[in-house]
Amino acid sequence: MTKHTPFSVSRRRALAGAAAIAVAGAPAILRAQATAGRLVIVGGGFGGASAARAARERFPAVAVTLIEPAASFTTCPYGNLLIAGRYSDTSPITFGYDKLIARGVAKVTDTAVEIDSAKKTVRTSGGQTIAYDRLIVSPGIDLKWNAIKGYDEAASAAMPHCWKPSLQPVTALTDKLKAMPDGGVFIMSAPPNPFRCPPGPYERASMVAEYFKKAKPKSKILILDSKDGFSKQPLFLAAWKQLYGDMIEWVSSNNEGRVVAVDPASMTVETEFGKKHKGDVINIIPPQQAAKIARDSGLTGGGDWAAIDTRSFESKAARDVFVIGDANAAPPMPKSGFVANNTAMRAVAVAGAQMTGGTPPKALYFNTCYSHVGDNYGISVVGIYRPNADGSKIDEAPNSGGISAREATADIRAGEATYADGWYRSITDYMFG
Amino acid sequence: MRRWLILVVLSLAPVAAGSAAAQTPPVAANGCLMCHGVNGQGANGIPAIMRVQSRADFTATMKLFAENKKPGTIMGRISRGYTDEDIAELSAWFAKP
Ligand SMILES: Cc1cc2nc3c(=O)[nH]c(=O)nc-3n(C[C@H](O)[C@H](O)[C@H](O)COP(=O)(O)OP(=O)(O)OC[C@H]3O[C@@H](n4cnc5c(N)ncnc54)[C@H](O)[C@@H]3O)c2cc1C
Ligand code: HEC
Repeated sequence: MTKHTPFSVSRRRALAGAAAIAVAGAPAILRAQATAGRLVIVGGGFGGASAARAARERFPAVAVTLIEPAASFTTCPYGNLLIAGRYSDTSPITFGYDKLIARGVAKVTDTAVEIDSAKKTVRTSGGQTIAYDRLIVSPGIDLKWNAIKGYDEAASAAMPHCWKPSLQPVTALTDKLKAMPDGGVFIMSAPPNPFRCPPGPYERASMVAEYFKKAKPKSKILILDSKDGFSKQPLFLAAWKQLYGDMIEWVSSNNEGRVVAVDPASMTVETEFGKKHKGDVINIIPPQQAAKIARDSGLTGGGDWAAIDTRSFESKAARDVFVIGDANAAPPMPKSGFVANNTAMRAVAVAGAQMTGGTPPKALYFNTCYSHVGDNYGISVVGIYRPNADGSKIDEAPNSGGISAREATADIRAGEATYADGWYRSITDYMFG
Repeated sequence: MRRWLILVVLSLAPVAAGSAAAQTPPVAANGCLMCHGVNGQGANGIPAIMRVQSRADFTATMKLFAENKKPGTIMGRISRGYTDEDIAELSAWFAKP
């Protein structure tokens, strides 16, 4: 039946050739046919880039425009690994938009400054007005300057946050750590909930410890926290003891951990009841809010985060506008790249169905956050979620998800570190590959 | 066990027919792809799952993970979050036709 005669081989080649021609011709044809509606996306990060790809693949008749001021995107995830010295610069974690553009996404390299949800247009700082049928907003976060007294953008030069790569690359921190003498003190101020990447500060402290253990073993790490608990806490605390002895000290909010003021001149931070701590390198991760465009266009209703219908991620404040990623409030889901990606798929499914006259499928949300704690040592947290019937909340699927086993072999921890790399490769491949 | 398998096979039949031409993965697969690769081809030690197992084996594997009867780092926590209907859709998308 599957005899390879010369005839069948050449016939197969001819067919393959025809297919290649059809594919090569496709983008132009698709663009010409993209008349089912105009989907505009604000922000080309985890939510926006994922939405752009999903929309092109799943609704080829919809025209997709991506508004993003930067020419490339440096991820927050895996930035902490630079601190441990696992990469020497940000090039392995920086991606261009060329593949998305090749998929037929029209990129507008500009900043959105106004959303007019009555006229259904977005205005950019360069003066363009872009009309939409459906709008997906995924602009990420802004830092709340002066929420900690004295901590403004100028102070962040001396005491970096490195929580938003477009504002301050993670190298601002690695440079200071490299310059620090052995025996120095690294202080981190961890933010109150909700904030971008709940396990992120603790992964970062771990990566600082990995670096100190190799290069500056007499140094100390002090985490001053605005919370009384944190993501994957038992796993982090046990791993820190095992890998780094007593190098890392974590101080909870109720043990006077909450930083309320900073003084960059004397490199000190002050906690709630007046206690002062001096550090050699200080990382302030301040309280956060939805990015400016979401606040300015009324999507946050004067609050910090955009309210959404949990079934669709449609804004509660504006029709035909979806808010995904860190900028919305969608508890108990974390503000993670994975959630931004996963809810991008949901927003696209609903917006695409609305524009093309289909019915969106059921809603189901997924998150995994891996953290690197040390060399060959990874841990994770999983959550699977469904919206409730009236779109007012999100429930975690019972008996599922949760954190890695508390007792595990070195092989399992090493496996998770390896699989974390696999996750990073797959998700960035989806967004930018 | 055998009766359970027959039930699964029967319940898969309509899903399989319906999704044969579908371009869009089922909702439940969106999360899987961000680890197992955009086409389920695997990534950095995370195994390939696209067209690797038969439908019956794929479904059985997910159930073994859910019951902690198959060792792993993460799939137990993941598989317990999906309903039988979700697993049937996943199987129709990932398993061998
Ligand atoms: C140290 C650290 C580690 C992390 N590790 C992980 C991890 O391991 N796993 C994980 O899942 N998540 C992780 N995260 C969280 C993840 O980075 C965020 O949750 C994710 O980036 C949110 O996606 P987003 O689309 O909301 O925002 P972003 O990814 O920040 O994208 C927002 C984009 O919008 C653009 N933008 C903003 N305003 C405008 C405007 N007005 N007009 C046009 N464009 C605009 C910005 O330039 C930016 O490109 C980590 C975060 C940090 C800080
Ligand atoms: C966070 C990353 C991650 C996600 C998300 C994920 N997997 Fe996995 N998967 C793994 C890893 C890692 C393994 C290896 C077993 C383990 O360590 O748990 C695996 C193993 C498997 C296997 C066994 C393959 C074999 O040949 O043994 C199947 C089947 C599978 N996954 C299916 C799925 C499906 C279906 C989904 C979506 C519902 C999914 N996975 C989501 C990481 C993931």
